Amino acid sequence: MTDTPRSAALELASQPYKYGFVTDVPSDTAPLGLSEDTLRFISTKKNEPSWLLHWRLEAFRAWTSMKEPRWAKVHYPPIDYQAASYFSAPKAGPKTGPKTLDDVDPEILRTYEKLGIPLREQEILAGVTAPSVAVDAVFDSVSVATTFKKELEKHGIIFCPISEAVLKYPEMVQKYLGSVVPVRDNFFAALNSAVFTDGSFVYIPPGVTCPMELSTYFRINAKNTGQFERTLIVADHGASVSYLEGCSAPQRDENQLHAAVVELVALDDASIKYSTVQNWYPGDKNGKGGIYNFVTKRGACRGKRSKISWTQVETGSAITWKYPSCILQGDESVGAFYSVAVTNNAQQADTGTKMIHIGKNTRSTIISKGISAGRSQNSYRGLVKILRSASGARNKSQCDSLLIGDACGAHTFPVIESRQPSARVEHEASTSKVSEEQLFYCRQRGLSSEDAMALIIGGFCREVLQELPMEFAVEAQKLLGISLEGSVG
Amino acid sequence: MLEIKNLHVAIDGKEILKGIDLSLPDGQVHAIMGPNGSGKSTLSYVLAGRDGYTVTQGSVTLKGKDILSLSPDQRAAQGVFLAMQYPVEIPGVTTMSFLKTALNALRKARGQNPLDALQILKLLREKAKALDLSQELLSRAVNVGFSGGEKKRNEVLQMAVLEPSLCLLDETDSGLDIDALRVVANGVNALRAPSRSMLVITHYQRLLDYIKPDVVHVLAYGKIRQSGGPELAKELEKTGYAAFAREDA
Repeated sequence: MTDTPRSAALELASQPYKYGFVTDVPSDTAPLGLSEDTLRFISTKKNEPSWLLHWRLEAFRAWTSMKEPRWAKVHYPPIDYQAASYFSAPKAGPKTGPKTLDDVDPEILRTYEKLGIPLREQEILAGVTAPSVAVDAVFDSVSVATTFKKELEKHGIIFCPISEAVLKYPEMVQKYLGSVVPVRDNFFAALNSAVFTDGSFVYIPPGVTCPMELSTYFRINAKNTGQFERTLIVADHGASVSYLEGCSAPQRDENQLHAAVVELVALDDASIKYSTVQNWYPGDKNGKGGIYNFVTKRGACRGKRSKISWTQVETGSAITWKYPSCILQGDESVGAFYSVAVTNNAQQADTGTKMIHIGKNTRSTIISKGISAGRSQNSYRGLVKILRSASGARNKSQCDSLLIGDACGAHTFPVIESRQPSARVEHEASTSKVSEEQLFYCRQRGLSSEDAMALIIGGFCREVLQELPMEFAVEAQKLLGISLEGSVG
Repeated sequence: MLEIKNLHVAIDGKEILKGIDLSLPDGQVHAIMGPNGSGKSTLSYVLAGRDGYTVTQGSVTLKGKDILSLSPDQRAAQGVFLAMQYPVEIPGVTTMSFLKTALNALRKARGQNPLDALQILKLLREKAKALDLSQELLSRAVNVGFSGGEKKRNEVLQMAVLEPSLCLLDETDSGLDIDALRVVANGVNALRAPSRSMLVITHYQRLLDYIKPDVVHVLAYGKIRQSGGPELAKELEKTGYAAFAREDA
């Protein structure tokens, strides 16, 4: 950098979101508004069986009687649910997903190329791009491509859009859908159950270790639409899988709603590692635009010795409302939550986890790192609940907050409820600031102010970042740097 | 190497340095001695470019180029290195990765290719060994949980790795026992070179038994009051700084 750091920082701050472009493709979009007819429209578009339409209708009726939650430490004007479209699909793609990449609109392929998401298996196999990641690419309301399906089928693994799973594996979907997050669970989960469009379905058969990372990349493109994806991952006895979710959206002045539901089920000795790098458009410096990210994620450790871990790096969205949780039902099951949440400018995040201990000798770990800059508000909200049945349960929680500047806020709301005297629960919390001494020390050694900040932040988040698959950890650290650009100087 | 002319520096409007003149030729080691509060640390911070110090008058050039207009990292790229009196902790960042990032940032600024992890590892091991620093320390977070001696040796390690042309050593002897002092001094002496100059800031003469300066300056109340050979340090050891009472009091 030949420029002075201060002006370089300002320059970077004026173009903070790299993924804000719009793809120009003709799309098939539902008229604005939400009613039972909207659900019928979606269901027909997707050729769904009638049980699913009934499930949607039940969810919708529940939703109409529910109130939007207001207990989170976030503020936003009332959402007009009738002003959005609940279905948008690029026209070129058939309703149930194209058969090969040649059927996909080249504009869409270019979009994923621009986002750095590998969709061409040949190139991946030839070592042109990072290997060993299978991708399901969801564009607005539909999945446009899923890679490595054949390779995975050899191991008996199912990895496909959930709309396809509904048609091909109806019994399995019916058995698990809504079994972890019931339709009436909360306002946004009920909304999602009514209008969900696509997302991924994963099934790992008994004893199989998934040979590659599975990932889904969500892209919101169309205007005035929300994205309501639904992901369901089932790991059968002794199976294991690592799954990664990524996302981005164009830069728009209006707020867009993203209300997803993710359900994980781990049977005896199974393990699921779920990682998220959340990079939805955060809005501009003054808080105009950005995604409202209201997401319900929950994993059920149904089997003995099963394991579920959530790792999240949250850098985007105007508002994040998200509590990936674990229900530790099987004896000796293990839950983990590793989180980095970054807020800058006018962003608001209320995120955390719930660990519900039911089985004996269940264990959970929570490591939460909150970083606030600008005028943002960043809250950790956590519940550790130990039922009477959970003898020998253990939890360790650690919540660290890092402040950059004087105008931001960090808050923690940890709740511990234990009905089991033999349980052991530990909670540690800290709040610190990036000190002028640290920055000067790094810069004296030759680092630019931005690199110095990225290094210090990376150190603060290390325990979480090291939980991510290697190639994503590098990406995530870069993303943290980008998210905080312009917050020093 | 370094030319300081009539340098006046204020902190929050209060003048701390009141006209410093100092000329440090290539390859020489100069010591700056003086009582507490004389402005010794201020001088080192100003030269390194820390925020909060306002230069009200004067100039500083390094190899003929003005450095006062440069940011701390740009000065580092020009070859300025400050071994700090109180090295800073950076939790979660290993000494190894800290030095890798720093060295490659400097190499980039100097138009050199970056070194890969393996080359860095080899370099660090070699340099750490010379300073009697354990390998294990390289994989620990920067200065976190380091003893006073380890912190100071880590500063010298960084100096050895980053190969600056101007080394500023701010009270490098403070908090060191005699054995640690010897190790640190040996490390510094090993770095003496015709193309490298050093400014050694110290309160006590002790350090100068090990790092032999070419010139000793006495800094008191914001000005250089006296300059001389190494014998001046010995004299001060006997007489103290009482002779340099405030002139402006």
